[in-house]
Order: sequence, then C-alpha cells, then structure tokens
Amino acid sequence: MDRILSYTEAVREATDQEMARDQSVIVFGLDVDDPKAVQGTTKGLVEKYGPERVFGTPLSEDAMTGAAIGMALAGLRPIHVHIRMDFLMLAMNQLINIAAKSHYMYGGQVHVPLVVRSMIGKSWGQGAQHSQGLYSFFMHVPGLKVVAPSTPYDAKGCLIAAIRDDNPVMYVEHRILHFQKGPVPEALYAVPPGKARITVPGLDITLVGLSYMQVECLRAQRYLESRGISAEVIDPIWLSPLDMETIAESARKTKRLLVVDNGWTTCGASAEIVSQVIERLQGISEVRIRRLGFAPVTCPTTPGLEVCFYPNSRTISSAAYDLVCGEAKGWLPEERADLQAIDFKGPF
Amino acid sequence: MDTKFYKSLYRIRRVEEKIAEVYPTDKIKSPVHLSIGQEAVSVGVCEALRPNDVAFGTYRSHALYLAKGGNLKAMIAELYGKVTGAAKGKGGSMHLIDLEAGVLGTSAVVGTTIANAVGYAYGLKCRRQDSIVASFFGDGAVDEGVFHESMNFAALKSLPIIFICENNSYAIHTHQRLRQRLLNVCERARVYGMPAERVDDNDVLRIYERVKSAVEALAAGRSGPFFFECMTYRWKEHVGPNEDYHLGYRTKAEAEPWIKSDPVARIGARLEPGVRRKIEEEVEAEIAEAFAFAEESPFPDHAELFADVFKQN
Repeated sequence: MDRILSYTEAVREATDQEMARDQSVIVFGLDVDDPKAVQGTTKGLVEKYGPERVFGTPLSEDAMTGAAIGMALAGLRPIHVHIRMDFLMLAMNQLINIAAKSHYMYGGQVHVPLVVRSMIGKSWGQGAQHSQGLYSFFMHVPGLKVVAPSTPYDAKGCLIAAIRDDNPVMYVEHRILHFQKGPVPEALYAVPPGKARITVPGLDITLVGLSYMQVECLRAQRYLESRGISAEVIDPIWLSPLDMETIAESARKTKRLLVVDNGWTTCGASAEIVSQVIERLQGISEVRIRRLGFAPVTCPTTPGLEVCFYPNSRTISSAAYDLVCGEAKGWLPEERADLQAIDFKGPF
Repeated sequence: MDTKFYKSLYRIRRVEEKIAEVYPTDKIKSPVHLSIGQEAVSVGVCEALRPNDVAFGTYRSHALYLAKGGNLKAMIAELYGKVTGAAKGKGGSMHLIDLEAGVLGTSAVVGTTIANAVGYAYGLKCRRQDSIVASFFGDGAVDEGVFHESMNFAALKSLPIIFICENNSYAIHTHQRLRQRLLNVCERARVYGMPAERVDDNDVLRIYERVKSAVEALAAGRSGPFFFECMTYRWKEHVGPNEDYHLGYRTKAEAEPWIKSDPVARIGARLEPGVRRKIEEEVEAEIAEAFAFAEESPFPDHAELFADVFKQN
C-alpha cells in the first residue's frame, strides 16, 4: 500500500531519515528551527538531533555558505536551507568560486558534499524578488549538480541522493509544489542524478516541463488528449547532469518538442535543452521546436499581470497544438475545473 | 628556537627570490603574489600551531604554505603548471593546498576563505576534534561583507579559530586610510565579541608568543575565537616579481623602516655565523632540488582536463 505524503512531508522525512542514518548530516539556514520550520520541512528535527546539528543562522547568506563549504571540508554533510531562491544571489561567490571549483582546482584532493535547498515562489504577489527560477545560473558552472524535483516521490529520493552525493547539489523546490501530494515509500531510496522520467508516454509531441511547469505540462497533456493529440511528457528531474538521451530520443520519435521552463528562456535551461537536441538530431531527424517560459520581464505582483507572466496548461496546450498542426491555429482550450491550477491562497 | 625560525624565514625568502629570478623566463605559468617582507607573520603563527592544526589563506600564501610545512617541490611544480604540482597544475600559486601539512586551501577572491575557515572550525567542534583553525587574510578583506558575517558567526558559536589579519596597509594600490575610517582592525573584531590584539613590529618572536598563548588557551578548552592584527609590509609589487615605487602610490621612504628591520635579517643576526651558514646551505640545496624537480616534471596529460570536475561517489 502506497503511503500518500505531501512534498514538504517527503522533504522532511528524507532529511530525518538521513540524519538518523548518518551523524555527519546537519541542517541549517534562516528559520530552520523556528515554529514554522520552513513550511514544516524541518519540523521536529532540532528536538530530535539537537541544536548543534539543526540551527537557525544569522542573516548572513554569504558567510554561511562559505561556512557550509568549510563544514563539508571538515567531514560534515551540510544541508543549507534558503526560504527563497532569490536570496542565493547573496551566496554566489562561495557557490561558484569555491563549492563548484574546490575538487577541480585542488587536483581532486578535497570535495564538498553540500546540499543547498532553495524555494521558488509563485502567485499571491510574490513579485520581483520571491519568484525567480534561477537554476540555469548553476547549470552553467561545471562542478555543481542541480535538481528540481516536481513530485513528493522525487522530492524524497532526490534529496537522499543529493545528501549522499560527494559534490555540491543545488536542490530547487517550488512553493506550489510543496502542496502536491503523492505516493512516497517509507523506506530510504535514491533518485540518482542524470535520469529523466517519462511521466506520460505519447506519440505526437514531446512536452518537457521543468520544476512546477511539469504540473502544468501534465494538465496540458489532458487538454491535448481531448483534441486527439497524444503528448509525451518528460520531467528531466535533474538539470545537471541532464539526461539528454531520454529527451532527444523522445523528440526524435514525436518530431515536435516543446520545452516549458519555470524561468526565463534567454540563456536558460530551455535554451540548453533545445540546443542539445538540435546538436544530436540535426541531419538525422527534423524536429519542430518551441520554448515557453517566464515573460521576458520582471515578475509583477498584481494578479492582473501575473496571469500573463507565466505559461499555464492552456497556453502550453495552445502552443503544442500549433506545433503539431504546423501553423498558428489560435486554439485555446476552455478552462476545465478538473485541470485548474491550485495557486497559493495566502495569507502569506 | 632561533635556528628553527631562521630556517623557515630564510627558506621562504629565498624561495620567493628564486621565483622572482625565474619569473622573467616565463617558465612559471601562474601569477605570483610574493610575500617578501611579510614572512614573519606566517612563520610566527605557524610555529605556534600544532601539526594537527589547519590553516586557510589568501592568494598571497607562499609564506603560509611553506611555514605550515607544505611540500616545496609540489609548490614549485604547481607554479610551473606541472602534473607533479600540489594540485596537478590546476590550481597555481593562488590555490595552494597540502592536506598532510594542514594547508586547507587559498583563494583568489578576497575574504572568501575566512568563511570556509569558520565552517571548518564548526566542523571540528561538531566532530569533537582537538584541532584549531588559523584563518589568514589581509586588511583588504576587512572591507568585505564576508569578514563581518564570519566574525559574527565564529563568535556566536565560540569556535576554535584564530583570525590573523596580515595588515600590509594596501589592497593592491589603495591604502587602508582611503578604504576605512577606523584603521584599527582590532577594534572591529572586539565588537563582535572576541579578544583582539595588534602586533605592530613585524617581529616573528612576538607574533609567535602571542599566538602561542591563544593556541594554548584553545587547547586548554577556552572558547574562541581569538583575533590578531599583525602589521607588516609588502616589499614587492602586488602581483609579480618587481618593485613598484615608480607607480607613485607609495614611497620608498615609507618602505625603508620596514626593510631596515627585516625580520629575516633580524633573526639571522642572532645566530652563530657557522650555524647560520649551515642552514643557508641546506636551504639553497633544497630550493635548487625543488626547481630542478619542477623543470623536469611533465605537464599534465590532455585527458587530465576532464578529471576531477565531480568526485565519483
């Protein structure tokens, strides 16, 4: 019998079980030990493992990231939690210049087993600095692994894999995904780096949905089904290393590829995926390609504009339909109650 | 004691003079930030540390690396970009490491390793290990936010760490007084809640004694951190083997008192001439051997380019 857990419960359980298994795992970041325990993802850990292994930090993202690296060098396996991915911008020097490079620039003598958890926000006025999906920054740099699980099952399995990895892993969550529920085995298991998952098999078009956009792609698959179009949906799960085999093979088969990113398209994850597909398939198979992502603007707070900022299942369906037909059809499905996005409702 | 200190000081001075001598040949494929004039700080501190203690440094860390016991051959080979180097030729002068000697790493980005050193000290504390961390940085790093964040956290958690600010007054070509209103770095350290002391005469013995007392206090279970500001002076240009008085940002007159009270010469003068000569001969032979080793070593194989991006679990 599959247990059903929420994404946050899955994250909490993975952390708890790994901390019990391995004394060197520690968790820290702003508010990890406060009453709200980062959406419950660190709930009960300080009571169980004590304040040396679970602690809230001063508001010092730069130094605390550097300290996390130092702890990793000293033999600990730190998990550094950031309630907002946007705040990682304060930690870039340590992440890019030290965490990513230490193993290489010291000739393989040291390694940095570090997990950096961060969360992307959406809706209810998250706005300019609470909404950014910046994982492509980290995909750009050799030496970092990047993962953006979209289901509770993968949330647990990827976090376990990240904790056990001897390299720095950027573990990217999405606030809307936190409310997702799904089957999560109680036993420890790892969803290892570099393997994508075909979440719905199909024949006519490949939809690659990253992070929260995986959920919107799954809804779009249902809208498309109602038009007789069979979409294959892929969740890359790990963005670095990226499983291009699975994506390129699907695109070769369907001959149409729509990559939907939870970030901007310019120089983003979607640009990387599309480039690699073209490099692999040029001269072998002709593929029609399209990308969707954040509108190329700063995220506005007003719902009146935010609605046009993000792709959603209906705009994804529309773009996919055009790609399959080979021309702009202007079809936009009527919103179905069973496929409605469940947005964050607040109060914040 | 004097012989030990002199050997370490003389060795560092001569290694760097040799680097400066070789540099125009272009055999050294790495920017070099020489410590000439500042050796007393590294030697005084590292002699006070125990073998199981560790140090983090800056891009100007030849002196620290050697004083802490880093392998000389591996260092010179690293500067030459050879596969026998401390980091297989992939780190260069600015990223020296010798784990066996407790040299944990050095960084080109100013202030960066302060936080790494603090985290390492937290790790030692968590793992109930007896070692102490020494974190070296310059007066330029004091401008950086990470310095202040790191001081706060180290004090908050009472970590077993000794901060060593090597104050040579300049961040590249900009004097401290053009960057900071309060020139006494110790005052800043104290407000974060740690004892701080300035050693203002570049005297290796005084640095040794003062740091030794901190090491002993930490070893006896007293809580850290401790902070030292060691006033010193860089004789050469910021990066490279030459002098730079012609640039006009500082005068030779400013440098003269520091050069006159050269810590290497000061300790050397305390030794019997015969003892001194023997040390110098040993050091010269070791340096010649290290440079020959670097010259003869091969460059890394091209396949090495792709090695060590990730550690394989």
